[in-house]
Amino acid sequence: MYRYDEFDHTLVRERVAQFSGQVKRRLAGEMTEDQFKPLRLMNGLYLQLHAYMLRVAVPYGTLSGKQMHMLAHIARKYDKGYGHFTTRQNIQYNWPKLDEVPAILEDLASVEMHAIQTSGNCIRNVTSDQYAGAAAGEIDDPRIWSEIIRQWSTFHPEFTYLPRKFKFAVAGMREDRAAIRFHDIGIELVKGVDGKVAFDIYAGGGQGRTPMIAPLIGTAVPADDLIAYVESILRVYNMNGRRDNLYKARIKILVHAIGAEEMKRQVEEEFSHAKNDPNLTLPAAEIARIRTYFEAPAFETLPDISDAFEKEKTENKRFADWVHTNVATHKMPGYAIANISLKPIGGVAGDASADQMDVVADLTNEFSFDEVRVTHEQNLTLPHVRKQDLFTLWQKLDATSLGDANLALITDHIVCPGLDYCALANARSIPISQEIAERFEDLDRQHNIGELKIKISGCINACGHHHAGHIGILGVDKKGTEFYQVSLGGSADETPSVGEIVGPAFTEDKIADAIETIVETYLGVRIGGERFLDTYRRIGKEPFKEKLYVTN
Amino acid sequence: MSLIRNGSIVDNDWVNVGDDETLPADVPVFVSLTRWLAERETLMGRNTPIGVTLSSSEAPEAIIDDLDRIQVIALQFPTFKDGRGYSYARLLRERYGFEGEIRASGDVLYDQWFAMSRCGVDAFEVPEGTTIEAFNEAMTEFSLVYQATGDGRQTVMQLRHRS
Amino acid sequence: MAQHTNKRATTQAVTANRLIDGEVVYFTKAGDWSEKLTDAVVADGKEDCAALFAHAEPAVAALLVVEPYLFEVADEDGTLVPASVREKIRMAGPTIRLDLGKQAVSA
Repeated sequence: MYRYDEFDHTLVRERVAQFSGQVKRRLAGEMTEDQFKPLRLMNGLYLQLHAYMLRVAVPYGTLSGKQMHMLAHIARKYDKGYGHFTTRQNIQYNWPKLDEVPAILEDLASVEMHAIQTSGNCIRNVTSDQYAGAAAGEIDDPRIWSEIIRQWSTFHPEFTYLPRKFKFAVAGMREDRAAIRFHDIGIELVKGVDGKVAFDIYAGGGQGRTPMIAPLIGTAVPADDLIAYVESILRVYNMNGRRDNLYKARIKILVHAIGAEEMKRQVEEEFSHAKNDPNLTLPAAEIARIRTYFEAPAFETLPDISDAFEKEKTENKRFADWVHTNVATHKMPGYAIANISLKPIGGVAGDASADQMDVVADLTNEFSFDEVRVTHEQNLTLPHVRKQDLFTLWQKLDATSLGDANLALITDHIVCPGLDYCALANARSIPISQEIAERFEDLDRQHNIGELKIKISGCINACGHHHAGHIGILGVDKKGTEFYQVSLGGSADETPSVGEIVGPAFTEDKIADAIETIVETYLGVRIGGERFLDTYRRIGKEPFKEKLYVTN
Repeated sequence: MSLIRNGSIVDNDWVNVGDDETLPADVPVFVSLTRWLAERETLMGRNTPIGVTLSSSEAPEAIIDDLDRIQVIALQFPTFKDGRGYSYARLLRERYGFEGEIRASGDVLYDQWFAMSRCGVDAFEVPEGTTIEAFNEAMTEFSLVYQATGDGRQTVMQLRHRS
Repeated sequence: MAQHTNKRATTQAVTANRLIDGEVVYFTKAGDWSEKLTDAVVADGKEDCAALFAHAEPAVAALLVVEPYLFEVADEDGTLVPASVREKIRMAGPTIRLDLGKQAVSA
């Protein structure tokens, strides 16, 4: 993974000093809250329902064991012993104190981490595929290009005060685990005409109040032109995005208003100048330098079948269940990708205690070449585990409630913090997730249902990605009471779709029943090995609507 | 409001003239883009420096042919959160080759000066009471930059690969 | 926050977050800020509420609090309580972690 050189270190240190200065000036009354707010947001510091909230950047979701230990330390020292992993692969702390944030940032800087640009109307964390460098079929490691974009976007002097936030996601292959089509810019690595790495660049995707799937703007853009191309998109957006209405200020609104063709024309016009700008050309030496950080670890030569692993599966059903859902195929024989569920039944989706983080940190070091990833679905991934180590790994995970065998099953939810934490929320989301998870707790039942992604948001801002849920749930406030609106058929992968609202919202005490009804309807009509999403795409929402809103 | 130009606090003898006001003689004046486009010949004939104020929704392409006749372009920042002027400044400097003064006016605060200067702004209308020490501090908060702009600063990438 | 203020509310108190640590606080009769809603001063009717807010607002410039706002309160068997779900949660703490927030202190 990427390691800071002296230059990266210096910039982060200077940023910490800058923010410390800003906090001092704020506390001395030299700055109003209105002047301070955009600055603290650009250092990841929100004011939420109960307290401040600090969002720490985890560039393209990648962490070392040492970094994970530091995240645990911060949870213990400055917060209340836990953190929350987010849909942008970052981590959030819910109880920091303003005057302690500079110290937190210094601790983070000591392990090459920061909270730079994790909020504010600027370019945010670049997210990517949690299986990068591990899954077969990658065109190239997407994190190389994510790191290049990260550096280019950090403290970019032209794009610090955009109309609104700006989010990048990069996928290394057609299979999309990074939800690129729902991002402001989504990038898919492809092979260019010359057989070299190139980029299909989508722009104008997003969820929120107006979900949109990003159209293709740049086709097979050569690697050398990446920065010139994205700079062109950002300039067009910075100059033309709406500034009069916060809810219509994202690039998706601009693309929708002028149309993809016109957007492409404006970007290409700008790009015709930018591509010849030597300032925007990536030197081959720099690409090569960054590439070295993402070289494959020293894999052993192993047989693909591990007898010990096979035996352990037959002897331990719980382990076999976990392998069935949580372990994915690695490109190297004898290795596996191990997914850690942060969705234990009865827990809070995406949360991890400081103790759990420390356990994961040690396992990262011991079993995964010191690398762990955060996924946008709020789980963790150990990318490079020897099959022969999986059982020991799982036992240690299980001992700290991280061994749930529910990846991508009906109890593996994306959930925003909701009204329990968030100042923007209209309804609670976490308890709904817990209720549904408890209802479907039985693992055999979960396996029978198969892949079913429920995504839950507590307000229209859709931080829980409900538009992209196979089942999406949106909490709304109707005259002071929390109601839950259900949508079906959303998807964030390479077959993106926005879910369709199925009918009137449900009360809290009816929502779990509604999910049961939906599941039973699906099970009653599915053909062959259809997943829920496949069945929905075949039959549409009517059969579900009928069963949900039976009139007596 | 004070004026900082090229790193010093200077007197501001420029006058902002409204669209319907008579142009005062013998003083440098700013006019709006609208007025410039309507009265360019008259304005170009003045014996004192002339400046055009671009609002945050007025991209500099509109005056691209007159850049060598305008001494100062003022970019309006109605709120510091409106970042369009940063793009306008870069276009003026790096694409259109404007060699006159680019002045940031409006809500122009400490934490924006450095980024503005990197984009080509070389004069700032700053809050009254701003010291040159504060200005210099803001300008030196970062000793390194990742991105190349027209300011000629060596980037981190260039430093990494200098042979 | 303005978006969560009930425009039709009559009986209101003022709340904010403390600048230094983000703690939820309530404006009191003494003119200071308490962590307990039961210490809050209550106003009735549009004019009174506006006056109350005007009294509380200087705490922003005094660097004590950020983003103060009026919110609806009610009387529940003699105890002052928030009227909305949101303010109830804000007063107590996350409903899914009863060991966190003010609710943990009073438990």
